[in-house]
Amino acid sequence: MKKERKKKITQLALWTWTWVATLALATFGPEFIWAADSPLTLISIVVNFINGALMIWANRNLYNHYDELERKIHLEAMAFTLGVAVIVGLTYSLLDQKNIIETDAEIGFLVGIIGITYGVAMGINTKRYS
Amino acid sequence: MNNRVKELRKGKGLTQEDLAEIIGVSRQTVNAIEKQKFDPSLNTAFKMAKLFELPIESIFLSED
Repeated sequence: MKKERKKKITQLALWTWTWVATLALATFGPEFIWAADSPLTLISIVVNFINGALMIWANRNLYNHYDELERKIHLEAMAFTLGVAVIVGLTYSLLDQKNIIETDAEIGFLVGIIGITYGVAMGINTKRYS
Repeated sequence: MNNRVKELRKGKGLTQEDLAEIIGVSRQTVNAIEKQKFDPSLNTAFKMAKLFELPIESIFLSED
């Protein structure tokens, strides 16, 4: 069980890191490595998208390997994170639309909120059941 | 739900890690079950019943 778990975590880590790397390449490549109108821009975005799909597949594989308590912990954290993402995302968008905040709403902010919320929810839930 | 998992596990001379390995869950899950913070699935309860050679209702006790 432990060996199989380690294998699935390694797979997820691999696809996550390559996804981050291809995202960085697709973001900064047209600016610093090749011309913005080059076909490489579209290719790098497609590669990043496919990489993202493989990361989701690896995450699903790991989730299916979890036992019943681990699934419950993750599911509760995901449900809470989904709620926070919808509420905070829409509020943030409204603040931008009504010009209450000075800067434009950035998707990176929402991704950050999702990451932090999921991490905190996982920490609290893990402690609750330990 | 109350249970006798800790008592039965110790009676068999098993550690939480051993029991977790036998029934196919993590040690944290065994710990949560013993502390009655988590009720196991029917499948896990059946595996414990088979291991301890007892009916499920002798291991897991209703609070009613």
